[in-house]
Amino acid sequence: MTMTTSRATGASVQRADGYAKVTGAATYSTEWPLQNPAYAWPVLSTVARGAVRAVDDSAALAVPGVLAVLRPGAAPELQPADDPEMLILQHSRVDYRGQVVAAVVATSLEVARYASSLVRVDYTVEPHEVLIDPDSDELFTPTTAVGNPPASDKGDVDAALLAAPHVLDATYTTPPQHTSSMEPYACTAVWDGERELTLYNSDQGPAITAGTISALFGLPAGAVRIVADYIGGGFGAKAFVRSVPVLAAMAAKAVDRPVKVMATRQQMFSLAGHRGPTVQRVRLAADPSGRLVAIDHQAISHTSRHADFVEAAAAVSRSLYATPNLRTGHRAVRLDVPTPGPMRAPGIAPGLFALESAMDELAHQLGIDPVELRVRNDTDVDPSTGRPFSSRGLVECLREGAERFGWAGRDPAPRSGRQGDWLVGTGMAVSTFPVHMAPSTATALATVDGGFEVRVTAVDIGTGARTVLAQVAADELGVELDQVTLRVAHSDYGMAPFAGGSAGTASWGWAVVKAVRALRERLDQHGGVVPAEGLEVTVDTTADLAELSAYSRHSYGAQFAEVRVHVHTGELRVPRLYGVFAAGRILNPRTARSQLLGGMIFGLSMALHEDGVLDPVFGDFANHDFAGYHIAANADVADLRAHWIEEHDDELNPVGVKGIGELSNTGTAAAIANAVFHATGHRVRDLPITLERLRPGLRGEPVG
Amino acid sequence: MKPFTYQRPADPADAAELLLAQPDAVVLAGGTNLVDLMKLGVLQPGSLVDVSGFTSDRIEHRADGGVLIGAGVRNADLAGDLGVRQRFPVLAEALLAGASGQLRSMATTGGNLLQRTRCAYFQDVSKPCNKREPGSGCAAITGQHRDLGVIGTSDKCVATHPSDMAVALAALDAVVHLRRADGEQVGVPLSEFYLAPGDTPERETIVDRGDLVTGVELPPAPAGARMRYHKVRDRASFAFAVVSVAAVVVRAADGTLADVRIALGGVAPMPWRARVAEAALRGQRPEPAVLRAAAQAEFAAARPLPDNAFKVDLAIDLITATIADLGGLPR
Ligand SMILES: Cc1cc2nc3c(=O)[nH]c(=O)nc-3n(C[C@H](O)[C@H](O)[C@H](O)COP(=O)(O)OP(=O)(O)OC[C@H]3O[C@@H](n4cnc5c(N)ncnc54)[C@H](O)[C@@H]3O)c2cc1C
Repeated sequence: MTMTTSRATGASVQRADGYAKVTGAATYSTEWPLQNPAYAWPVLSTVARGAVRAVDDSAALAVPGVLAVLRPGAAPELQPADDPEMLILQHSRVDYRGQVVAAVVATSLEVARYASSLVRVDYTVEPHEVLIDPDSDELFTPTTAVGNPPASDKGDVDAALLAAPHVLDATYTTPPQHTSSMEPYACTAVWDGERELTLYNSDQGPAITAGTISALFGLPAGAVRIVADYIGGGFGAKAFVRSVPVLAAMAAKAVDRPVKVMATRQQMFSLAGHRGPTVQRVRLAADPSGRLVAIDHQAISHTSRHADFVEAAAAVSRSLYATPNLRTGHRAVRLDVPTPGPMRAPGIAPGLFALESAMDELAHQLGIDPVELRVRNDTDVDPSTGRPFSSRGLVECLREGAERFGWAGRDPAPRSGRQGDWLVGTGMAVSTFPVHMAPSTATALATVDGGFEVRVTAVDIGTGARTVLAQVAADELGVELDQVTLRVAHSDYGMAPFAGGSAGTASWGWAVVKAVRALRERLDQHGGVVPAEGLEVTVDTTADLAELSAYSRHSYGAQFAEVRVHVHTGELRVPRLYGVFAAGRILNPRTARSQLLGGMIFGLSMALHEDGVLDPVFGDFANHDFAGYHIAANADVADLRAHWIEEHDDELNPVGVKGIGELSNTGTAAAIANAVFHATGHRVRDLPITLERLRPGLRGEPVG
Repeated sequence: MKPFTYQRPADPADAAELLLAQPDAVVLAGGTNLVDLMKLGVLQPGSLVDVSGFTSDRIEHRADGGVLIGAGVRNADLAGDLGVRQRFPVLAEALLAGASGQLRSMATTGGNLLQRTRCAYFQDVSKPCNKREPGSGCAAITGQHRDLGVIGTSDKCVATHPSDMAVALAALDAVVHLRRADGEQVGVPLSEFYLAPGDTPERETIVDRGDLVTGVELPPAPAGARMRYHKVRDRASFAFAVVSVAAVVVRAADGTLADVRIALGGVAPMPWRARVAEAALRGQRPEPAVLRAAAQAEFAAARPLPDNAFKVDLAIDLITATIADLGGLPR
C-alpha cells in the first residue's frame, strides 16, 4: 500500500467549519430557510408496556394552528423494516415508556407543543420490568453482540482457574448512559411531489439513512436525499435511523408542506438509543510473576422487547492480553426499555472499565506495579485469533505515559497520600479500540480554472472530518489546501459508511485517496491539461477492502489519573488526567487533540457522573434532563493532557490512520477508579463513583 | 406551553390587584425557574405579572452592620457586593456555589427564595406528585429519591428546597419582608417563612395570593463570627447540593462555642436550621466527639429513605468537620 506524502497532513490546520460554527453562520438541520414550514411535536407513551386503546385528539385539533394529529391508524403507512424503532405509529403496541404514540403538526412550534399536551391517550396497561436481574432465567445469548460473535472460548479456562496460584474474581457494573450530544435530534422534511423527499437531518450516516428512508416509504433508491451539513455531536445516537426523521417525513406527507421536528433534551432520553447497562464478571488467573494463564469475561446487558442491541462489553478481552485460556460471553434480557444503541466506544468503554479494574486488583494482589503487569502481558499476536498485530504501540504508550505522569517511585500502598483534608491517589489503565473500515465511494473533479473538488458522503459530527479529508485530498493532489473544495454530508455524493466505529477517516479517506489518484491518472492521460468540460472520476473501495491482509488491527493508549477524595465528605476530584495514544498517523494535531481530550472527558464523565436511573415503577429514565443526568462540567476537568506516539503502519489503509474518535474514552473510568482505590484503599466496582459508593471507604468499612 | 399574557404593572398595588383579579396569574422575576416549569407544563399560568419594574434591586448596608437586600437584587450582584463579602461571607459563598454565572445574573433574591423543588416527579407531569397535584400520591418515595429529603419530610412529600442562598440566610437569622396583598408590610423570620409539607405539600411558604416579597433583612453578624458555606455536590460545579452546610461560629476566649448557628441544605423541605445541634453545642468545647454527638442528635428525627440514607451520615460528618474547623481546634 502506498501512502500519501505529507504536506497538509500532519499540520495543525484550523477547522474548515470552525468560523461558520462560532459565528452562527452554519446552517443546522432545522435552520434552513423554507416557505411555510410546519412543526411536529411527538406525544410519548406514559406507560412502559401495553397498547394504545384510544387517542382523543379533539382538544388538540381545536387549537388554532393545529394542522393534523398523527396516531396509529391515522398516519402515513410505512413499509416493513428490521428495526421497529423506526416504525412509528404503525401499530398500537407500546414497548417502552417514551415511545412515539401520536404527534401534533401545527403552524408553529409553540402551538404544536401546547396542543400535544392536550392529546389524551388511553392505554391497555401490562406489567412491565425495566431492571436487570442477573439471575433471571430469561437471560439469552444474542446472535451478535454489536457485530461481534456473542461468545468465544479458547483453551481450558476452568482448569486454569482451578490450578492457578492467583485468581481474581470480581463483578463490575455500569449503568445505562445517554449519548447527550449538544444538539438533540433535529430534522426538516421537504417533499417534492409524492416521490421525492429531502431530509435535512442531524445524521451520522446520510448515505445509509437515504436508503433506509427510501425503503420505509416504498420509494426507489435515489428518491430520498439527506443533507447533514452541520451536526452538533452524535456519539452514536445519530448512526441509525430512529423515530425523528421518520416522523418529520410522515408529518410533511400528511400536511403537504415542509415539517420540522426538534426533540427536547427530555425526549432524547427515550427517543435516542442509550448505552445498555452491564453486569460483568471478570476472572483472571495468573502465575506468581503476573503472567495471565486465564481470562474469563462474562457480560450481561439488557435490550428492548422488539429488537436486540446487546452491549458487547466482554469482546475487548479477546484481543488485549496474552493468555492461553480465554473465554468471553454475552447474555441479555429483554426488558420494557427503548432499544439501546451505540454510544462512543460501544462495548469497549464499559468492558475496559471491568477488565482494567480487574487488572489493577490483580496487580495489587500480586504486589506488582500496575504498569509492569500490563507490560508483562503484552503479546505479538491476537490471543483469540493468533493473527499478528499490524502494529501495537501499547507498551510504548505505557512507558511514555508513566514518564510524563511521573509514575516512577509511586508508593503503591493504598491511602499513602494525603494533603490536608484530601486523600490523594494515582491510578492507570489501558485504552484500546479496534480499527474498523468500510467501503466508500468518492468523486474527484478537476475544473479548467485549476481547482479541484472532492465529494464524499462523509459527515463531520464535530470530529474535524471535513478538515482532515481536505488535507488528505490536497496532499494526494500535491496542491495547496485552498485549491481543494471538499464536499461532504449530502447523500447524493454516493454510498459511504456512517461516522461511527472510528472508521470515518480511514474509510472515506481511502476513497478520497483512490478518487484523487484516479483523477491524476486521467489528468495525465490529458497531458496534464484539464479539458474544457472538466474531469470527473468516481471510485468505490469495496474491492480494495476485500483484499485487506489478515492482521489484527487496534489502536492503543494508556491513561494516568490523579484523584483527590475529601476525607470527611467523600467529594471526588480529578486534578490530573494524562493520556498517551498510538493510533497510526495523526493527520491534524489540532483536531486530533480535541478528539482525544474530548474522549478523556467523556470517560471521566462516565467514571464520576453518568447514570441513567431506570424507574422501576414508571419504567422510564427518571432523571431525564441535565439537572438529573450529570455530565462533566468544566470545573470537573483540571490538568488534562493528550499525547500520541509516532506510529507508522503500512497494513491499514492508504491514509495510514487507525481512527481516534473512540479510543480515548476507553480505559479512563478504570484509571480513575484505580486511583480512587489507591487514594482510599477501597474498590468501587460500580459506576458512577458517587458519594454513597465512596464514603463507606472513608471509614474503613467495606464498600457495597 | 399554554398561551399566556404578560403584564408589567408600575407599582406593587397594581401588581397585587392583577394577581388578585386573575386566579391564574403568577409573579415573574428573573424567570429562571418559572419559565422552565412552564415549558415542562408543571405551571400553566394564564398571566405573568412582571415585578421587575418596581422591585428594589438595592443593597442597603446599615450603620449597625445589618443589611436590607431588595427582592430584585440579582444573585450575581449580591454575591459580588463588597459589604456582603466582608460581613456575611457565608452568603456570598452560598450564592457563588449555586447555578452558573449566567443564571446568577438573571436570578433574583425573591425568586431564589421561592424557587420550587427539583424533585424529578414534581417536574414530570406524566407522573403523580402531591405537591403539583394534591392527592395524586408521591412517586418519589418508591422511586428515585436519592437526592431528596431525610428530615422534616412527610409521608406525602419528601422534596427538598434547592436553594443555596436560603441556607446561608437561615444561618444568618434573616427576616423576609413581605407586602401583603392588602398593602400591609410585614417582616417574617426565614425560619417561619417555609411551611412543613405535612398533609399539604402544595403549600410551601406563607406567601399568599397577591403577596409580594419585597426584600430580605439581615441583622448584624455576631461580633467575631467565623462563617463558611460548604456545598457537597456530585460534580465540581453547576449541581444542586447533595448536602450543604452554612455555619456561623463565635468562639469564646476560653475556647468554648459562644454562639453557633448551623443551617443545612439538600436534606429538608426548607433550609434546615439545626437547632438541636446548636443547643447541644452552645457553651461546649468543639471536641470531635461533642460535635459528632450534637450532629447525631439533630438527625435523631431523620426519616431517610433507602437511597438517601447516606445523606444523614454525610450531614453529620459535614457538620462535625465544619464546626471543628470554624471552632478553631485542631482535628
Ligand atoms: C440549570 C439551573 C441550575 C440551578 N442551580 C442552582 C443551584 O445550584 N443552587 C441554587 O440555589 N439554585 C439553583 N438554581 C435555581 C436558581 O437559583 C433559581 O431559578 C433562581 O434563584 C430563581 O430566581 P428568579 O428571579 O429567576 O425567579 P423566577 O423564576 O422568576 O420565580 C421563581 C418563583 O418565585 C416567585 N417570585 C419571584 N419573585 C417574587 C416576588 N418578589 N414576590 C413573590 N413571588 C415572587 C415566582 O412567582 C416563581 O414562583 C438553578 C437553576 C437552573 C435553571
